[in-house]
Amino acid sequence: MEPVLELRGITKRFPGVLANDKIDLTLCKGEIHAILGENGAGKTTLMNILYGLYEPDEGDVIVRGEKIEINNPRDAIGVGIGMVHQHFMLIPVFTVTENVMLGQESLQYGDFLDRASVAERIHQISEAYHLEVDPVCYIKDLPVGVQQRVEIIKLLYREADILILDEPTAVLTPQEADELFKIMHSLVEQGKSIIFITHKLREVMEFADRITVLRRGQVVGSTTPKEANQKILAEMMVGREVELGVKKGKPKIGEVVLEVEDLMVIDDRNQVAVDEVSFDLRAGEILGIAGVQGNGQTELVEAVTGLRRPLRGEIRLVDTDITQATPREITELGSAHVPEDRQRDGLVLPFSVADNLVLNTYYLAPFTHGVVLDQAAIEKSARERISEYDIRTPGPLISVGSLSGGNQQKVIVAREFSRPIKFLIASQPTRGLDVGSIEYIHKRIIEKRDEGTAVLLVSPELDEIMELSDRVAVMYRGKIVAVVEGDKTTKEEIGLLMAGVTSDTKEASESLRSSKS
Amino acid sequence: MAKKKDSVEKPDAGKILLEELTSEPGGQHSTARRIWRTLLVPVLAIFSGLVLGAILIAVTSESFYTTWGVSPFEAIKAGWNEARIAYGALFSGSIGDPAKIAAALQSGDGLEIRRAFNPIMESLTASTPYIFGALAVALGFRAGLFNIGAEGQLWVGAIFSVFIGYSITGLPAIIHIPLALLAGALGGALWGFIPGWLKAKTGGHEVINTIMMNYIAFRFADYLLTGPMQRPDSFSPVSPTIADSARLPKFFAAPIRFHLGFFIALGVAWLVYWFLFRTKWGFELRSVGFNPHAARYAGINIVNSTVLAMSLSGALAGLAGTNEVLGLNHNLAQAFSSGYGFDSIALALLGKSHPLGVVLASLLFGTLRNGATRMQVVAQIPIDIITVMQAFILVFIAAPAIIRTIYRLRVPVDEEGVSIRGWGGD
Repeated sequence: MEPVLELRGITKRFPGVLANDKIDLTLCKGEIHAILGENGAGKTTLMNILYGLYEPDEGDVIVRGEKIEINNPRDAIGVGIGMVHQHFMLIPVFTVTENVMLGQESLQYGDFLDRASVAERIHQISEAYHLEVDPVCYIKDLPVGVQQRVEIIKLLYREADILILDEPTAVLTPQEADELFKIMHSLVEQGKSIIFITHKLREVMEFADRITVLRRGQVVGSTTPKEANQKILAEMMVGREVELGVKKGKPKIGEVVLEVEDLMVIDDRNQVAVDEVSFDLRAGEILGIAGVQGNGQTELVEAVTGLRRPLRGEIRLVDTDITQATPREITELGSAHVPEDRQRDGLVLPFSVADNLVLNTYYLAPFTHGVVLDQAAIEKSARERISEYDIRTPGPLISVGSLSGGNQQKVIVAREFSRPIKFLIASQPTRGLDVGSIEYIHKRIIEKRDEGTAVLLVSPELDEIMELSDRVAVMYRGKIVAVVEGDKTTKEEIGLLMAGVTSDTKEASESLRSSKS
Repeated sequence: MAKKKDSVEKPDAGKILLEELTSEPGGQHSTARRIWRTLLVPVLAIFSGLVLGAILIAVTSESFYTTWGVSPFEAIKAGWNEARIAYGALFSGSIGDPAKIAAALQSGDGLEIRRAFNPIMESLTASTPYIFGALAVALGFRAGLFNIGAEGQLWVGAIFSVFIGYSITGLPAIIHIPLALLAGALGGALWGFIPGWLKAKTGGHEVINTIMMNYIAFRFADYLLTGPMQRPDSFSPVSPTIADSARLPKFFAAPIRFHLGFFIALGVAWLVYWFLFRTKWGFELRSVGFNPHAARYAGINIVNSTVLAMSLSGALAGLAGTNEVLGLNHNLAQAFSSGYGFDSIALALLGKSHPLGVVLASLLFGTLRNGATRMQVVAQIPIDIITVMQAFILVFIAAPAIIRTIYRLRVPVDEEGVSIRGWGGD
């Protein structure tokens, strides 16, 4: 196969960090080339160099046999390189057409926008590559998966034939991800080439033609799915042996810790989000809540943690009615919460690691005497947590915002797990984390369960639910549609339940998707 | 690097102060480097403001244009000369004339010595209301609240304290002064509490509500000064004079007006620092300021925190007005505030919302304001030039990118913003 893109000896230094160290990479025409690496391995830096956002300190970029210099994204587009960023670059209040033409407007009668011809071109592109999208829709009304298609159309409209997708599945539901892979295949079949950045092993094994693994700024190897397996890849990424899949013994189930009865919760738009939900959770077990995102899980968690007042129903935690309790009262009853969005709810980013580690215990001894904070005690406890939970930080006084995602999550886990707790809510505890961190956090959750903590695990990642849960409750449109034993079910069964298991599953999942936006 | 001493003895206040002021917590860089990086932009902003001010003085001077006909070179020389005289007057008017100080000290004459030192003492006096006001706004910023109502709170504080000052007589100063100060703080706190409570309970934005509270305060003061609080023997809108026992003591004889208020301001600045960074309430307040979602999740009561922050902010602003009434004017007149409350917003930004920074910024502005008077007399430079110069400095502070471009500085990796949430923010 002929190479369309070659990188030779790319090196990029940032103050104190060697982000890319003599990286060689070859992309052939018509292939899906996965770049695999943990957070901070240098994947995104490399792609930003390719897209003209950073200038490499050393090394050459060769496109179709010609050595070129890319100084800005315009140059990159000029030679046919396009990139879909992890966070989309779309204007929500503009239509699909307007977003696609943005920066390259098609004009008529002087300075008037020619939307019709652009829309026509969008139609052609969608037909050619199976990228279904309605050009007159506003971006804000579209589900995330469709927004991503618009990003891809933007590139195709600019006639890019080397597409870079940066962690494209991070924001997608499993179904949306499958759609994306279909689209990627149809793109390469028609001669496009794709670089696909990820840290998810399963995706790489299923969809990549070739895999290059980065670790600490260097290429540690290049392989194909045929030659490798998930374990080999994980070890290449992490640089040590890893255990995929957690080992867990039989649960030692104790008494009921959390009881939810006929709970009804409304969301911000006054719609019923949790609809007459009842369940029990016992000490020493993990109850997984499965479901496509947006089916009421967030509101359920908010109700149980006191962040949202339920409309009706009752929640009891260790025999105390907490239906109307405040978050602090619930925390003090021995509950811990790893929130779904760690940067929004879990951390105060400009605060130091030490301050974040006492974010919900700062007012208690030994951290406060009277009304005065004891900095020394806070720092001392922070040092202990940092070593116990292996938080990689230059020190306890560094701001949490400067740590990597995995370490930020460890700060939250350290804070929540180091108190004596009876009940743990973990919402998407491994969202956006790399293999090493996922392994670590899963282990800690199992540990807590074995210590007799009742764990409520909420995650849209079916793999995670299946791996950890003793029982799985599936939520669909605000209701728990089924509760199944973790070891007596299959992924397929839960997948169907997640989609609603009505007579026509497909129809249900379609309407589900449209109601999500 | 980064490996800090393992000792866990009590960290001293100075170290913590530095920690908080120099925005990046932690020992990534050496102390000197961190101080340097924190001060670099403000110092360059002030320097640039002074340079622009000089240019402005030069090109607006008459001699610049009369000599322009001779040659542009002469004009530049004349302009430079004007600026030199103006800045000389600014310096001697705000700090003092070294020659005069030396002569006065030699003569040993008390009045002469006081006159020689008067400029710097007057600068400290002029800085005092700025310190209170800027602390008020800074405390609001720390809690994520934009208190534009400092001016109104200042007025209400002045009204409360002046009332206690003149209506009660026969108290010893040791009781009367604290009582009047407390009344002033209380008045301001009340005026801050209302928009704080509205924000917390109804979500009404504090920017709008504090502006409206300003108008209410101004007109309320007008009403009082032309009605119930007007001095009986006066036709102008002035309150009665406060009792001697309520006046803040002065330390020197005339013409030095320097009074206890300055030290109270420094004490309060320390108290604000202690409150913000050493108490659990300050921790809560700053958590809410940076990330209300995380604060709520961590069990912090956002309603209480918001109301507390606005009330305290109001109390500090109230003290700014109280200070002027009890320390200098001894009565309340319509023109008693030259917009201290509004200038305070700028000073809080200049001081990066840190008590120490706020004190330094206030000293700078008080000094400039004070020196400008002499500059007007000696060099016939309108006092407004100083306002323009201050505006330049603030523009540079508010838009550090300009300074970085001019001086080709590198952008720091983690620039800490002031934690104000945007319009209609959540």
